[in-house]
Amino acid sequence: MSKLSGAYYEIHHMEQLANEDQWVNRIHPLVKLVITVLYIMTVVSVHKYNLARILILGVYPIAMFILGEISFADSIRRVRLILPLVCIVGIFNPFFDRQVIAHIGNIAITTGMISMVTLILKGVYTVFATYILVATTTIEKICYAMRLVHIPGILVTQILLTYRYISVLLKEANTIMQAYLLRAPHQKGVQMKVWGSLVGQLLLRSIDRADNVYASMTLRGYHGEFCYARQKKCSGKDYAYLLLWVAVFGILRYII
Amino acid sequence: MHMADALISPAVAGTMYACSAVAAGYSIKKVRLEADPKKVPVMGVMGAFVFAAQMINFTIPGTGSSGHLCGGMLLTALLGPYAAFLTMIGVLLIQCLMFADGGLLALGCNIWNMAFYGCFLGYFLLWKPITSKSATRGRIIAASILGSIISLQFGAFSVTIETLLSGITDLPFSVFVGTMQPIHLAIGLVEGLITAAVLVFVYESRPEMLYQIQTEKKEKLSFKKTLVILSVCFVVIAGVISLFASSHPDGLEWSIEKITGSTELDAAQQSIYNTSEKVQEHTAILPDYAFKGSDSALGTSVSGIVGSVVVLVLCGGACWIFTKNKRKKADA
Repeated sequence: MSKLSGAYYEIHHMEQLANEDQWVNRIHPLVKLVITVLYIMTVVSVHKYNLARILILGVYPIAMFILGEISFADSIRRVRLILPLVCIVGIFNPFFDRQVIAHIGNIAITTGMISMVTLILKGVYTVFATYILVATTTIEKICYAMRLVHIPGILVTQILLTYRYISVLLKEANTIMQAYLLRAPHQKGVQMKVWGSLVGQLLLRSIDRADNVYASMTLRGYHGEFCYARQKKCSGKDYAYLLLWVAVFGILRYII
Repeated sequence: MHMADALISPAVAGTMYACSAVAAGYSIKKVRLEADPKKVPVMGVMGAFVFAAQMINFTIPGTGSSGHLCGGMLLTALLGPYAAFLTMIGVLLIQCLMFADGGLLALGCNIWNMAFYGCFLGYFLLWKPITSKSATRGRIIAASILGSIISLQFGAFSVTIETLLSGITDLPFSVFVGTMQPIHLAIGLVEGLITAAVLVFVYESRPEMLYQIQTEKKEKLSFKKTLVILSVCFVVIAGVISLFASSHPDGLEWSIEKITGSTELDAAQQSIYNTSEKVQEHTAILPDYAFKGSDSALGTSVSGIVGSVVVLVLCGGACWIFTKNKRKKADA
């Protein structure tokens, strides 16, 4: 599967997950957004040598994977993008930070090793947290939550439109690439002489599409501002869910 | 270059969110001032385009590796810096949420590192100064490559600073910078070349789509104007500047002088030379670039002008005959 079609199916899969009728999906999007940001902040605020606390903070993703029936395998796959940079940054810690704090058999455990493992776990947990959010909440609902915290409409509308047209343009780019590869087999990528024309054609088509999108939006009453359907308000359950996790994060971070 | 949440501390993340928020707020104000209702849909679709285009791998000749285009620089050239910055925020947010490329907490850093430099620095420092007076292929290529390289260098440097300030790594500053900058120099060059290829294509097919550039091409000189300019030039050169011609021997004469001691060959005894010299004396209307039997400066000027006219007539005539024959052959 090509990178383009892979991305297309990834978006489609995430949309399917987010539209499921699970109890986690029904929680108010703002509550889930706040919990995610709080969890990430809690994780990254842990000291680099405090491996025990980082291990304990794994409670949130584990609980959500089990209770929310969210695929652990899918979330592991998503770690692949951030892990290389995190590893590059962390892999040098054992070389520069060599203070021995314990021994396991003949192997000396240094503070650099601890900080490297902590860093990698932080990276994994934060990706899990974001995955839990998007696997249970559609982009439309996340954008709605952003509007609730007063993020300007122009930005939110633009994000929604970008998201909506990503799948369309991914499909179109995939068609172009398939056509190119059929005419130029055994090539790793696009050859230099067609760099401009290949992507340029897609660009010109996208601009024409933008004109059509604007025309159709205008015909449907668009005048510069999106109208959002009234979403449900935060219920008692939502508040309870928020308080529960805030308490858990507080206990795991500062008390245990 | 997407930073992960794990690489930053909450304090650095908060600071970068604040910086990016200020830039975003200002951009929103500017885009609103443009009062173009079409802008937001165009930004949305262009964001999707950048997202899709960044997934296309471009082969880098001679390396076996591939690169992708620089979204910030491309968008700033098409939408302007403010709309491009907002569009990049959308792209980065979606990349973070849907593909775990970057992180929610690190979004402020990523916006700053990848959108701010590409859109604002790329536009105000390079794109605008280079292309505002007149946009040509060369200028667009130069602006794209320099813009991509510089914005990526700044971005990579910011990643280093943000990571070090967060206390995440024990890597010394010099080693970290020494690793990040050269890698991103190469990436920037490739991204710049790809971006330039796309922008040149747009410039040649629909130049009006590029943001605030002078697309009017310089008016071509008419045949009549060209002829007048050339005539003035050759009158000045042949009639005036020829008066200041060096009296020293030319290269060939100088060489002969060095060998024989004279610039003229001693060929007086040979009859063929005598005959041809006599013919030349009769036919030459301006011998030695002067009137016969006169050393006046006017003779030199007239010689220059007459010589130029004769050369022009001969060359022009030859070209005319050649072109006519070619057309005849083509018609046949």
